[in-house]
Amino acid sequence: MRQLSLADAIREAMVQEMRRDSSVILMGEDVGRFNGAFHVSHGMLDEFGPTRVWDTPISEAGFMGMGIGAALTGLRPIIEFQYADFMFCAMDQIVNEAAKLRLMSGGQASVPLVMRAPQGATGRAAQHSQSVEAYFMHTPGLYLAMPSTPYDAKGLMISAIRSNDPVLILEHKLLYGAASPGGGKALTDQTISDIGSDVPEDAYTIPFGKADIKRAGTDVTIIATLIMVHRALAVAAELEKEGISCEVIDPRTLVPLDEETILESVKKTNRVVIASEDVARGGVGSELTALISRKAFDFLDAPVACVSTDNSPIPFGPAAEQHVVPQISDIRQAVYEVLKD
Amino acid sequence: MTIRKPEDVVTPLDFSGMDQELLKTLFLRMVRAREFEEQLYYLFLTTKMPGTMHQATGQEAVAVGVASALNKDDYVTSNHRGHGHCIAKDVSLDLMMAEMFAKRNGACKGMGGSMHLCDFSKGMLGAFGIVGAGIPIATGAALSAQVRGTKQVAVSFFGDGAINEGVFHESLNMASLWKLPVIYVIENNQYALSMPNELVSAVTDYSSRGCSYNVPGERVDGNNVTAVYRAASRAVDRARKGEGPFLLECVTYRMRGHARFEPAEYRNKEEVELWSQYDPIKRFKEAAVEAGVLTEADLTAIEAQVDDEIEAAIAFAQAGEDVGPEDYKQFIYELDTTAKAGLK
Ligand SMILES: Cc1ncc(C[n+]2csc(CCOP(=O)(O)OP(=O)(O)O)c2C)c(N)n1
Ligand SMILES: [Mg+2]
Repeated sequence: MRQLSLADAIREAMVQEMRRDSSVILMGEDVGRFNGAFHVSHGMLDEFGPTRVWDTPISEAGFMGMGIGAALTGLRPIIEFQYADFMFCAMDQIVNEAAKLRLMSGGQASVPLVMRAPQGATGRAAQHSQSVEAYFMHTPGLYLAMPSTPYDAKGLMISAIRSNDPVLILEHKLLYGAASPGGGKALTDQTISDIGSDVPEDAYTIPFGKADIKRAGTDVTIIATLIMVHRALAVAAELEKEGISCEVIDPRTLVPLDEETILESVKKTNRVVIASEDVARGGVGSELTALISRKAFDFLDAPVACVSTDNSPIPFGPAAEQHVVPQISDIRQAVYEVLKD
Repeated sequence: MTIRKPEDVVTPLDFSGMDQELLKTLFLRMVRAREFEEQLYYLFLTTKMPGTMHQATGQEAVAVGVASALNKDDYVTSNHRGHGHCIAKDVSLDLMMAEMFAKRNGACKGMGGSMHLCDFSKGMLGAFGIVGAGIPIATGAALSAQVRGTKQVAVSFFGDGAINEGVFHESLNMASLWKLPVIYVIENNQYALSMPNELVSAVTDYSSRGCSYNVPGERVDGNNVTAVYRAASRAVDRARKGEGPFLLECVTYRMRGHARFEPAEYRNKEEVELWSQYDPIKRFKEAAVEAGVLTEADLTAIEAQVDDEIEAAIAFAQAGEDVGPEDYKQFIYELDTTAKAGLK
């Protein structure tokens, strides 16, 4: 089958939906003339013109709010934040408005809007490196999808566009692949496998709340998102040689969360590692640990191990960034830890 | 896309009433800013310099003209394109270069890098990677100066792109309301990444955008260091006298791409070549020699001095220790609360 990079897969999803449904529009900084800071929207201004692809000023709160207004009145906007870090400039519109309108209006309002944002540490220091999922996982009213492969990216993106509730899609800069300026480095990152890069040409959806078992195993469950899926797979491949069988689960959407797949795996392996790039405190690892201890406590043979970013802003110096952000060795160590006795 | 015509903006340099020492300082700071960044460009190409950077090549007269109208203890906030603002505020080249190399002896101990350079001992309160973030922060520094009863002023440097962030408007309103000693400097290099002024701003006469908040403004030739210096001096005087904020638009041109090796294909060659003729350093040299206020020898001596300074800065940086994996732990809170904070 045809292989696509993750950036290409997201673009194909947007383009196909925009062809199918004239209410879908794209807005964001440099998404048109410049093709997007990571070239995800390459060629879309040419195809759809400026009434469908809007190059906005640097006004995140403004265009996010406009996305909501447009969504309330018949359009299906896709809002690109150039970096996930800049979502904080639009936090009020996202958290207080987009997420709450359905409830506040007693069900009158629908906000069929997609936010897309690249995240993850790539040597750009504290304000261009954050992983923001925990802030939004904490916000009822939003869906949260995190594609780790091109296949997932396309299917989740199409589902997101067709959703009648606001969806945030977090993309990892290092996963975009060759076509993107952010992807050059990814090519040299041995840890990124080409798993899931076969992408059907026809449009397809991936239902929210359906995790994917990226690798089946019996000794330990590794739950991972975005680039950590690839790092977990690298660990699983290594440890297989030592006779350790890892199951790697990618929830794909954190909201809604496929508890069933996770709990089933835990009941089988009895040992769990959670790997995600957000900071530890109040993060994805803590949330999933709580779930597992509530619902599968009796099945655990060892405490759940969380591999996440240290509770620190991302420091600039490369050695410090590497230390703060989970690496393959951290995941491997955590697997040994949960298998200790 | 229509771009500003140089003839609509450009004014002749005017050295009247400026002593030699000041002129030499202006030139020295501009050359430092230029050469520092040109050296960075080369270092990014040839060494393993980490991270990224945004060059302000061609915009040096803005940083230098404004900062040279300030006192040492006045405050500055900066943006992602901030090397020149630091240099104009006399932050040490050694510390800056070491920061670029992510060394422990860097200005921010290797924790911040290019986009977060600062030096509080020089009044340089920070470069912010979030567009617009420095605008309210400078306004707050001005409020603080007012409350503490010092005669300090604050300057915020930001781009033409930043004025479309809400914080710009919120800040101007409060500064005007409370007559805060703050000068907002729009470094209008005519583009915000790929977007020229006209495509993102309904009003591109930026110096007039304070009118809703009763903040006076002025547009100057931003590639003319004497014009920038004079306009900034007037704004600073007003602010120090308690007459409130000022909006200074300096029209300039970014001669390089947006960041590191960004090719800037959204502009055409003729335009870049046209504006390159108005290089602020070249203009200063020619005008100063022609006016007889500085000699070729004066200028060459300064250029040679800067070459030496930069070479020394690179040596200083390269001799520094790399940031260690756990250095960051000492910088998250003032007190060592690592255990309580749940750090590994
Ligand atoms: C809040 C926020 N939005 C977007 C960006 C991405 N970004 C960085 S610089 C830039 C363009 C800024 O243009 P301008 O303010 O004119 O400054 P210039 O780069 O021209 O110096 C953009 C869009 C950012 N850093 N922060
Ligand atoms: Mg600009």
